[in-house]
Amino acid sequence: MKAHLDRETIALRAAREFFDGAVVNLGGGIPSLASNFVPEGRTVIFHTENGALGFGHVARSEREENPYIMNASGMPVTPLPGMCFFHHADSFAMIRGGHIDITLLGALQVSEKGDLANWMSPRRKVGIIGGAMDLAFGCNRVIVAMEHTTPKGEFKILKECTYPLTAPNCVDMIITDLAVIKVAKEGLILKEVAPDWTVEEIQAVTEPKLIVAEDLKEIEL
Amino acid sequence: MALNKVYDSIDEAVADIPDGATIMIGGFGHAIDKPQNLIQALRKQRARNLTIISNSAGGAGPLGIGSLGGKPFIDEEILVENGQVKKVICSVPASLVMSKPNAFERLYAAGQIELEYVPQGTLAERIRAGGAGLGAFYTPTGVGTDIEQNKEKRVINGKEMLLEFALKADYALIKAYRADAMGNLVYRGIMRAFNAIMAQAAEIAVVEVDELVEVGQIDPETIITPGIFIDRIVPISKEAAT
Repeated sequence: MKAHLDRETIALRAAREFFDGAVVNLGGGIPSLASNFVPEGRTVIFHTENGALGFGHVARSEREENPYIMNASGMPVTPLPGMCFFHHADSFAMIRGGHIDITLLGALQVSEKGDLANWMSPRRKVGIIGGAMDLAFGCNRVIVAMEHTTPKGEFKILKECTYPLTAPNCVDMIITDLAVIKVAKEGLILKEVAPDWTVEEIQAVTEPKLIVAEDLKEIEL
Repeated sequence: MALNKVYDSIDEAVADIPDGATIMIGGFGHAIDKPQNLIQALRKQRARNLTIISNSAGGAGPLGIGSLGGKPFIDEEILVENGQVKKVICSVPASLVMSKPNAFERLYAAGQIELEYVPQGTLAERIRAGGAGLGAFYTPTGVGTDIEQNKEKRVINGKEMLLEFALKADYALIKAYRADAMGNLVYRGIMRAFNAIMAQAAEIAVVEVDELVEVGQIDPETIITPGIFIDRIVPISKEAAT
């Protein structure tokens, strides 16, 4: 069986989208790992909706842990010069007000139009909206980092989402364990593929028809 | 607004909360941002049929990451599991770990508790609006999703938006780091979260603090919550703090 990128490597590839000076919010799961992979030479200002901006990497030892500096995924993160704190109304003013450049979110499903579903799995009676709806509506660029299919091999990239939507028409890019896909007006453009995977193999695990980019390449890490 | 706002007894600070009250509970979902002692006192006090307005229905954490993230703490869940809560208005009603459902999920599945889903930013702004004397506001969040059901929609500056109403409460139970006897508050790190906005949106705002100082000892330039928003202050001694 061919190798899939592991969760860290998906996060590493996603972090390459963080441009120098970008203000970035990371969701839970794979996205939360991306703060450890900021490309060298770039300064990224991380935002967490529970009220901090400009913190550093996730604490790597108990000595680095501080209960007063935690991200929304419950991870202790480290302080950086220039870090600041604020309350929830200000935090979401940043999000809805267009002051966050990039949000990296997990997803249950993404449609070819860029619809995002990540708050309610029908296997559960209760969903979790959290900050995801505001992030998906308010951030300038929405990038999804997720596994390409469910553990059972069901499509997660679909023609239409079957789960309740977090936001319609919001996703700009999908980064998975197999591919990097750009969401464009004309459809889903396959930009990068995991090592040893062919376009046909990736199409087979993706419901909508993929448009193959002229400059298609292997995922660069 | 009583002149002496300082309560020595945590139980006295919540003693008059009646059955059927609407209560905001501050914090986000971390040990240091929750008014753990006030929540515990409310459980002891046994008021019932409560409507809780909070980021979560409790039991969402600990998320189990790192020695800090994995440490258990007291939150709304102890009120829910005690059958004191009629309805929760929140953004995170369920446990983040699907295999470990929280008390809310169990009661909800049995039809014993009501839920109003609110996206987190909409929740924060509804509370802020309540405290600021506004009736409602329009937000783009939720357009084209299940959240828009039964809500007025309007196009503003070419963008579809939903009408969302302000939230107020009878009581707010919040956490801060330091208070003076006038109720001026300073927080620490990520502690502000929902605490600093709920302080403004309740008839009676009750704060538990790690430290009480003399009036005049907090630099006015650093005060986050002006004292007029706060009605009751309970200093929690380090030994008693959970």
